[in-house]
Parts: sequence; C-alpha cells; structure tokens
Amino acid sequence: MFEIDRRKFLVGAGAATATSTLVAAPHVARAAGGKVVIVGGGPAGATAARYIRRADPSIEVTLIEANKDYYTCFMSNEVLAGERTLDSLKFGYAGLAKAGVKVVHDLVVGIDGAAKVVTTQGGQKFPYDRCIVAPGIDMAWGALPGYTAEAAEKIPHAWKAGPQTALLRKQLEAMPDGGVFVMVAPPNPYRCPPGPYERASLVAHYFKHHKPKSKIIILDTKDAFSKQKLFEQAWAKFYGFGTANSMIEWVPAAKGGKPSAIDVAGMAVQTELDTIKGAVINVIPAQKAGKIAFDAGLTEGNWAPVNKATFESKKIPGIHVLGDGSDAATMPKSGYAANSQGKVTAAAVVAMLKGQPAPTPAYVNTCYSIAGADHAFSVAGVYTFDAEKNAIAEVQGSGGLSPLDASEADRKREVQYAQSWFRNITADIWG
Amino acid sequence: MKKSIFGRLLPVVVLVGGASMASTAWAQAGAEMLANTCAGCHGPDGSSNGPATPTIASLSTDYFVMSMKDYKSGKRPSTVMARIAKGYSDDDIAAMAKYFQTKPFQRPGQKVDADKAKAGKALAKKYCESCHEDEGRVGEGVGVLAGQMLPYLQYSMVDFLSLKRETEKRQKAKFDALVKDLGEEAFQPILHYYAGVK
Repeated sequence: MFEIDRRKFLVGAGAATATSTLVAAPHVARAAGGKVVIVGGGPAGATAARYIRRADPSIEVTLIEANKDYYTCFMSNEVLAGERTLDSLKFGYAGLAKAGVKVVHDLVVGIDGAAKVVTTQGGQKFPYDRCIVAPGIDMAWGALPGYTAEAAEKIPHAWKAGPQTALLRKQLEAMPDGGVFVMVAPPNPYRCPPGPYERASLVAHYFKHHKPKSKIIILDTKDAFSKQKLFEQAWAKFYGFGTANSMIEWVPAAKGGKPSAIDVAGMAVQTELDTIKGAVINVIPAQKAGKIAFDAGLTEGNWAPVNKATFESKKIPGIHVLGDGSDAATMPKSGYAANSQGKVTAAAVVAMLKGQPAPTPAYVNTCYSIAGADHAFSVAGVYTFDAEKNAIAEVQGSGGLSPLDASEADRKREVQYAQSWFRNITADIWG
Repeated sequence: MKKSIFGRLLPVVVLVGGASMASTAWAQAGAEMLANTCAGCHGPDGSSNGPATPTIASLSTDYFVMSMKDYKSGKRPSTVMARIAKGYSDDDIAAMAKYFQTKPFQRPGQKVDADKAKAGKALAKKYCESCHEDEGRVGEGVGVLAGQMLPYLQYSMVDFLSLKRETEKRQKAKFDALVKDLGEEAFQPILHYYAGVK
C-alpha cells in the first residue's frame, strides 16, 4: 500500500576487447555456474549481486559487507532539513538473501588476484571465479590541513549517510537563530556532484521556517558546479539569492572561497584571505576510492581504472570495480550510475563465466535535486560504449538538465518523480 | 473490486519473443540491457512503487513506441522523458517495448479515496470502458489505467485538458461528452477508481 507523499522536498552520480581472449562457447545458453564474490553492499555491489542471480541462478554469489544496514547517501539532505527520518534511508540485506545471494557481514581486508581469494578481518577466505569490488568512497584525509577523521566527529562531513548525518542534523537543530552555517564544497571529482548545493538549499529551507535570521556560506574549491543556474534560480526564488539579504552566499575559488585549513578548536575555516567562523561547519572533503580498492592494488591516482564495457579492472584481471570508486567518467558518481553500472557488470560477469563475450552495454543516469518547496529539477544522461576510446559516451542530443524556464507545475512534478525514483531504485537495488 | 480472470491471464497470453542478450562485436545493446536502464525510476521490470512515476510493464508495444517517439519529438509534454527518449534509437525503443510488454503489471494497491473510486466506477463504464477495457487492464494502443499511479494519471489528465498533450479522436469525443455532462471535476473520481483497481 502506498501513501501519496506530500513531501515538499527531496534530495536528493584497452581493455575494450578484454573478453576477446576468451573462447566463445559454440553452444547456446548454458548455465554458467561458478563463484562470484562481491565486496561492498552499496548501490553498485548490491545491484550487481541481484542482477547476476536474476540472470543465472546457477552462479553462486557471495556479497561481503561490513555493515548490517546501508544508509543511502541519496535523500540524506532531506534528513538534514527535517523532512525525512534517518531510518527511511536504511536498507538491510534480507531482500538479497531472498534472491539467493549469500550475504556475509565482515570486513574485507585483502583480495589476492593471483590466487583468486578474498580474505576478511574475521579470517574467512572466499575463493572466486570473478570478483566484483564496489568500494564506494573514502574521504581524502589530509588533503585539507586540520580536517581529519577525528575532526569529523565535531565538524561532520555527512557525505556517508548514517551517524554523520544524524550528527549534522543535531547541530543544525541546536544552532541558535542568527547563526552561520559554513559548508566547504569539495574539489572534483566527488560523490553526487549537485549534492552540496542541494544540501545548502535544503538547510536554507529549514532555516527559512525555523531560524530565519541564519545564514549559509558555501566556501568552494571550484568556480562552477553542477546544475548551477538551476540552483541559483531557485535560491533567488526562495532564499533571496543575489540580494543583500540572501540567506545563501556562495564564494567560489576565484573570490577566495578555497579553504586552506580547518580550525577545529576555533570552529573556523581558513581561506587565503580570511578566517570564517561558523556556528555549525560541514566540511565535504576531497574524495578517493574506498580503502579496499587501494589495499587490493586496484587504483591509479585516487580511483580504479576499468574497462568501461565490463568494469573489469585494468590493474588486475578477474576483478571488476564499479560505482563511485571506479574511474567511470563521463558518468557522474551517483546512485543511479552505480545501479546502472551494477547491471552492466552483472551481464558482463555472467557472459564471461560462460566463456562468452560481454554483451553491449547500455547505461543511464538520472539525478534529482530538490531546492525549495515543491521545487525540484534533474539531470539525465543516456550513454553507450565507445570501444575505440574505452569510454562511456553520452548519446548526442540526449540528456541534459531540466530547462531553466520550466513551469512551476513541472518543478513540482519533479519532486514527486524524485520521491518515486528513491522508492524504485532502492527496490531495484536491495529488493 | 471485480477481478477478471481474463485480465489476469492476458499478460501471459501476450508473451512474445524473448530478450536476447547475445551480441556480436559492439552491436545494439540487447533488449534486457536496454530495459534495465529504466528500472531506477520505473521500478524493477517496469513496475513502479510510486508515488508518481508510472508503471511501464505490460504496456502494448504500440503504446510504448508511440509514447517514446512522442516524448522524443516533443509532441508529448514531459519533465525528464524527452531528454531520456532522445538517447534511444527506433530499434532500441522497439526492443524495449517488446521486453516490457511481457512483464506483469504489479498492482500491490495504492491509497485512493474510496467514495470517489465508487462514484468513478459508474462513470468509467460510461465514458472510458469502450477503449480501456476490463477495468482499464487492457491497453491496446492506449495506456493501462488499472492500478496506475494516481498522480501520474492526474498529470496526464491536466496535460490532455490543457491541450498540451494530443487527444486521440475517440478519446476527445468521450472527454468532451464527460465535460459537457458533468464538468472537468468528474475526471477525479474516474482516476481514483482506475488507480484503485487491483
């Protein structure tokens, strides 16, 4: 049974022929069998698990995830605004277990690509025929002086949902009216490109109704951001942006917005020119692939390079890396992209286990942002595989942003579609 | 609400063709691969959990193809679908249409106004049933209304009545008759009725 949700807000990222060395089986559709071990139960890993089982139940799929529950980062800005409970972002693994996935709650500490064995902290060993690593992101601690894992207990990043989200919400609730909320926006590339700006919008919405004298300052390491014109239009409409009384101030790098250090004790952000104090500070730091991707030797720079048709690692054969931790540009690091890549990877893995070439991939991203009451907009992308460049290429003439001149009715519809997206994609991922 | 055996069996009867994942070189993506890209918004295998995004499972291939082409050309208004439809070729759309036609329209039920739904049933019989047969479960060249998401049905109605979306000739005659007899507000009970069909 469904409730028609009246929420005003939403939240809302040369190996092309790697399979040619495999001998194609001459006969049709036999069961693949084999063992697949998946490391990480976020949107990318959980989708891959579900879709492999769907395609071929003869394949034994083990998903190893440290946490009993996953809190989606998408929609967590709604929690910060008080429009949604943290619990509504929580998804367990019973649905995957029901689909025949063996779910193991343990932390993977090693992947031996030569012996094809995954090892956990609990001392378990899982041999595999193909391994899928969905490492997610880690904060690049140290990139911004003063901002450490310990500092995040006082100045949250809230860029992985869960306790960090609860902490930032608590701080925003406790902040007196007239306080200044300072947000540091990260350098590219990072998880959920429009996310920081949606967060500013939703916090502004909360302030507008509960602490109207408060201000938001976004200190940015960049000079431009995702859906910028749409956000600025919404900020002008709802929060006085562009006037002397704007609730939101965005300071780009070119105007001295780039932070140089975080002063945790003084509750301040230092830039080249200034020290900006905040009653509440949210630092969204630079990011990199999750730790296991580094430990397993799957990275180059901050991310894991992959064949874009199969998501097989370019560093270690037999291991696929997908989602936010892979270098799957031009797709943004979004929940939809992770879900889409999970399906492409699943199809590739099933084919490869049968000794067949991976099928032609198709990928999509759709990402909604809610910026004010009954006001949302989206970016969409439809992609195909460019074998020559090993690139995920956007189909020319497709995709793009909601129009700037969309009607209020359409902005309102996009809120409802955003809420629908959340329900449907989480059902598609975790069941 | 009456449940027709015929209506329940129909999706099985119309099962056609399968999705082929086979590909040579980097050919067109297979039907299932293409269709899977829709699930993030429209739900697993095209059955939506709502509240607004419509279920696309079980749609007739004619209606699916027409919808995508009209989104693509801008003939049919949309928020995001025009941008997405432009990413698929006619062959892609045909393959997706075939795939989704074979998938069952899941109807777990959604919250509707019971009084409106009751009033809507009689109106639907008079003004809608000739095309939207079997309580709106059948969609030969038209949308499947039974159990479709209520906000989506309401958006569609707004688009038809404001002439942003083209009404087919027979549809227009029925719409005009309903508006003439009972006024535009008479659409609401009908939509509640169809949304509530399980």
